[in-house]
Amino acid sequence: MCLGIPGQIIEYVDREHGIAKAQVSGVRRNVNVQLLQQDGDEPQAEDWVLIHVGFAMSKIDEEEAQETYRFLEGLGQMYDDELKDLVDSDIE
Amino acid sequence: MKFVDEYRDRDIAQRLGKQIAELAGDDQYKFMEVCGGHTATIYRHGVEDYLPDNIDLIHGPGCPVCVIPMGRVDDAITLAEQDDVIMTSFGDMMRVPGGKGSFFDSKANGADIRMVYSPLDSLKIARNNPDKRVIFMAIGFETTAPSTAATLMRASQEGLDNFSVFCNHVTIIPALKAILDSPDLRLDGFLGPGHVSTVIGCRPYEFVARDYGKPIVTSGFEPLDILQGIYQTLVQLREGRAEVENQYSRVVPWDGNPKALEVMSHTMELRPYFEWRGLGFISHSAMQVREGFAAHDAERIFDVPGVRVADPDACQCGEVLKGVLKPWECKVFGTACTPETPIGTCMVSSEGACAAYYNFGRFDRDRVQEAVS
Repeated sequence: MCLGIPGQIIEYVDREHGIAKAQVSGVRRNVNVQLLQQDGDEPQAEDWVLIHVGFAMSKIDEEEAQETYRFLEGLGQMYDDELKDLVDSDIE
Repeated sequence: MKFVDEYRDRDIAQRLGKQIAELAGDDQYKFMEVCGGHTATIYRHGVEDYLPDNIDLIHGPGCPVCVIPMGRVDDAITLAEQDDVIMTSFGDMMRVPGGKGSFFDSKANGADIRMVYSPLDSLKIARNNPDKRVIFMAIGFETTAPSTAATLMRASQEGLDNFSVFCNHVTIIPALKAILDSPDLRLDGFLGPGHVSTVIGCRPYEFVARDYGKPIVTSGFEPLDILQGIYQTLVQLREGRAEVENQYSRVVPWDGNPKALEVMSHTMELRPYFEWRGLGFISHSAMQVREGFAAHDAERIFDVPGVRVADPDACQCGEVLKGVLKPWECKVFGTACTPETPIGTCMVSSEGACAAYYNFGRFDRDRVQEAVS
């Protein structure tokens, strides 16, 4: 639950509730981006965000996203457990 | 800080370690890494191998699972064992032992306890089970609290009255203050937590520098981030400065995430006090659901026993969480207490200092053998 996983926004599926589909470590899952919707600004398709427990908490650049994936993969079991939970996630 | 491959990482780490050793000279330094994510990296990647012996890293209380007192676990199990309840929880919480077992034990005895990735998954379970009362076991620092807050708002909008939150969210600043006020420990500086700071920003740490004269550097989670954080902390000390610095600016904005802070403050307020495992009762250190969201507050809906359970005598998680003891100095480390059969919370979470030591073995096994024999 404490790991921030990078995800790349694909498209909005429910803009009113801030729900967007994102590519997260090999799977496509809905994530909530409402905490990054502010002052008319919001994540756009292809933007990278750092996701905690289904919510995008900060914007990052692609280089940071790739470095973070590399780091997470090095964590082994800890990351595998988080991914297992993520795969089962079905946010609406 | 960017790098191209592991070989270059090692090269940079060695150079940073050398610079740290030169700066430290013959003086002794104790730095606390506040976040459990830092602790996991330190032992997973052997960060201490790059540091001189006179730099001592002390593990802080920033592992949310580790600081949950046993009484709250028992309260949650009491809620979970009611007939019409589905308890939902992050996977990390499942093996945390209370006085009467863990979520896993309770599930084995028939309670409907389900692991979820997000509080929004819990909300969906509530939508799909209108005849059940679905409770989300909310734990974590400011990293996860905004997600619970946004979920509370969504539940309220939808009028989903069978969804509630058992709120155990804690805040990092009072814990830091408790450690700074502790007479047991003399620290020279801090590595500030990375992800928590994504939400709260760096300003809340200013008291550490201003009131206690200690440098604090918000740091990322990669081995080089941690070495860089130690280096920046040491530079401040050698220059006679005590400031808040942000090593992790590629992710952490100086002012945090204002929207996340806003939803938290809209749905939650500080409790007068809350018990932390190892640190005892700390005032204004945890959050509770605001009255406006009472329909989704498990503590108002259910009769929560509010039990207090003392830690087992053999368990020294408290001392480990305060950084007074190294994990391997605990009497039951690696013998009665292992990740498979944890006695204390620090051995449960992969971010707990004891589990990190145990799993990654970056410690002197002879000393451990000596300590446990």
